[in-house]
Amino acid sequence: MKKNLSYMDSVHRSGRIWNLSVMVLLLAFPLTVAVLFSVSPDWGALGMGLLATAPMYWAVGAIETVTFVPMLGAGGSYLSFVTGNISNLKLPCAINALEQNEVSANSEEGEIISTIAIATSSIVTTVIILIGVICIAPLTPILEAPVLQPAFEQILPALFGGLGVAFVSKNWKIAVAPILLMLVLFIFISAMNSGTVGIMVPVSAVFTIAVARILYKRGVL
Amino acid sequence: MEFSINHPVLFVLAGILIAVVLAQSVFFLVKALKRSKALGMDQKKIRKTIKTAAIFTVAPAVAIVISVITLSKKLGLPLPWLRLSVIGSMSYETVAANNALSAMGQSLGSGVALTAQQYVNVLMVMTISIMMGIWLVPAIGKKLQSGMTSLGKRDAKWADIFSNSLFIGMIAAFLGFVFCDISRLWTPSEEYTATSGLVPVAVMLVSAMVMVVCGLLMKKPKFKWLGEYALPLSLIMGMASAIPFTAWLG
Repeated sequence: MKKNLSYMDSVHRSGRIWNLSVMVLLLAFPLTVAVLFSVSPDWGALGMGLLATAPMYWAVGAIETVTFVPMLGAGGSYLSFVTGNISNLKLPCAINALEQNEVSANSEEGEIISTIAIATSSIVTTVIILIGVICIAPLTPILEAPVLQPAFEQILPALFGGLGVAFVSKNWKIAVAPILLMLVLFIFISAMNSGTVGIMVPVSAVFTIAVARILYKRGVL
Repeated sequence: MEFSINHPVLFVLAGILIAVVLAQSVFFLVKALKRSKALGMDQKKIRKTIKTAAIFTVAPAVAIVISVITLSKKLGLPLPWLRLSVIGSMSYETVAANNALSAMGQSLGSGVALTAQQYVNVLMVMTISIMMGIWLVPAIGKKLQSGMTSLGKRDAKWADIFSNSLFIGMIAAFLGFVFCDISRLWTPSEEYTATSGLVPVAVMLVSAMVMVVCGLLMKKPKFKWLGEYALPLSLIMGMASAIPFTAWLG
């Protein structure tokens, strides 16, 4: 048990160092550009741009942190919140890996498996984007070919169809109520679209936990 | 220095940052691999996990490359390269860049070239607005994790149900999202065809069916290997089906 604790502790220690260092570097980027090209920001426009963007993204970021950390595991969280593309890539990748290895997200094995899956996914993503950037001239006409556009527009349905079957079939008792609720909300409220799905994830998660708690207390699960 | 959105210096700066983040991924991968050996976990399974994660990532990563290309027309290549390799996602960056630009009377769609000052503004809005999870995880991640651990000690079964519920909640939200345009069937408009809202639903069904078929086949020992490819396969088949479905319904 002591060893177990020390692994998790060291994940948190190195995660903190990495994330805070990357954060400083990211913030240094715009400043460096400003100094190199000897310009200062347009402060008024900066204030307006930030006001329109930051409060909403900070709120979403805070909610995402609380919702995703228990799913991603410690190592997975530090990595995911630096590399991004969480709900469309890192989290499905981790869920699939946990499922495939039949380990619980709460166990140390689960922690290791999700870290390995997320780290691999991050490395592969970085490499593919790098190849894309290097080969942008020959790749652009292929990737922007009109015939291929629908395939890339429908990546989320294509992802969550397969993932849904794998996960819902094993937990169908918990899944019925939240799926019905989300279907009704998304079908009948026109304001619900790709822009709001991120906000609905925590709502749906809290609702699912409440339903599961009731079912668990009644001995259905 | 004369500014341009594709100035070599910008490539160097973005490259350095991306290299640091790549190093972080490698660091955590090696750390987890070492720990898996120390715990005596089946290394064959670990290799399979790496393989599946890598294969699965290809299609979404190509979609990210397309986002980089789209944004690069206005913002140059280094900025979207950095922003989509490190934090960020297409929808976030588009909104953030547009908000920053519209405050200066510019827009992503306009053909007017960015000045250095406008570029710095876009950079700052994008960077500052995304700075939440990156420090919040170091700040509260350990507490959240230990909360889950103590929950597991108190009631292991409930802790498992709890984390499954989180996963199901997220999947349910995205399944709902798949149906969000279905109301187009009874709300006609000249902007879209009535049946276009069915495209994502049809794509999801194809992907789900491929997964079901894989699941059934995997029960036979001869097809056990399919397990590694089930999710990537259902993703690719679903995406491919979007092409005829869009032609037909969209």
